[in-house]
Amino acid sequence: MTKAAELAKIGEAVTSGQIGGRRNLVINGAMQVNQRGTIDAANGNGFPVDRFKCTVAALDQLVVALSQDSSAPAGFANSLEIEITTVEDALAANETFVLETRLESQDLQQVQKGTATAKTMSLTFYVKSSVTGNYALQALDSDNGRSVAFLYAISVADTWEKKSILIPADTTGAFADDNGIGLSLVWFLAAGTNFTSGTLQSAWAGTTNANLAAGHNVNIMANTDNNWSLTGVQLEVGSVATPFEHRSFGEELAMCQRYFQTVMTGTINVSSSSGINMNPQFFGTMRATPSVGQEGVFNVNDRATNNTQSSTDVSIYAGDTRGIAVNMGNFSG
Amino acid sequence: MNITNAKYFQDNGKNCSINCTIDGQELSVPLDPANTDYQAILEWAAIDGNSIEAAD
Repeated sequence: MTKAAELAKIGEAVTSGQIGGRRNLVINGAMQVNQRGTIDAANGNGFPVDRFKCTVAALDQLVVALSQDSSAPAGFANSLEIEITTVEDALAANETFVLETRLESQDLQQVQKGTATAKTMSLTFYVKSSVTGNYALQALDSDNGRSVAFLYAISVADTWEKKSILIPADTTGAFADDNGIGLSLVWFLAAGTNFTSGTLQSAWAGTTNANLAAGHNVNIMANTDNNWSLTGVQLEVGSVATPFEHRSFGEELAMCQRYFQTVMTGTINVSSSSGINMNPQFFGTMRATPSVGQEGVFNVNDRATNNTQSSTDVSIYAGDTRGIAVNMGNFSG
Repeated sequence: MNITNAKYFQDNGKNCSINCTIDGQELSVPLDPANTDYQAILEWAAIDGNSIEAAD
């Protein structure tokens, strides 16, 4: 790039982009935070790291390992890895396997989508796969049911490649100013013909499934040990892709805990001969009242006896985005 | 998202949450319209043959 071109690019960044910090709209783009640990996903659904979720549609055989991995390009320490454990024999028309990250509508107001001054966005990421070919990527505006799609090529197997994509401005359909899903970035890993039979939707329009992955010619589910890795995901306002905005682990963890967190305990009282109530408070305010699952059985010691659950049993009876009240059953002692 | 069962949980005679299995994981899901699991359960329940069981 010539000096004149560099200066022009800087000028574009200053006038149209965000100059300073908090440029990256994506949370956990460096894949630092993994609160759930490695997942052996029998059906392909699950989070390899926080804020990035694998989702399947109509698959019946696929088994994958979803994990945080230490393989990463220079300047990064982590990536997410998706590795095929059991193949999906044949790819039916209605089957898809995708990785997705979602952004809240209220965090996207600076994009000015749906107005005459709507902004272009720049998406940058590092990707590596054992399977070369063309992969599809979709930007989905959930508030308005509109999408735009792209293709990127992995030309060399098992090698980190940096990809930059310009997401065009959209003067139709504003993001709501609320805590709902505004924008989803969707990386296709396999797509049946229901999603590839059209023409790539390269401009914003109402979502048409057949156009979302047109040109995608890779099926990573076809062979055991096929893998696909991602890190350094950055989405920023403006048409200039700037270097990745590294944030501390603590900052990223706090942002991730708005969507998922692990609580160890809370105030406990006995509710019945076989149950307790517990009131854990959250670290920060969550996006919505969260679903609750239980990892392992509880043991409550009242200084006289041990009371242990025979099996996990947890039910929400009150709560909001700041804390929750649950009843836990199946105790005996 | 694969939902295989769903049943209301009551406290003091009022539905408070839904106990369900989503993608093989047992969860208690609040009746919060902003909760994406709750949104998915409502979509699942709208399909013929699926329903949220009443609480015990």
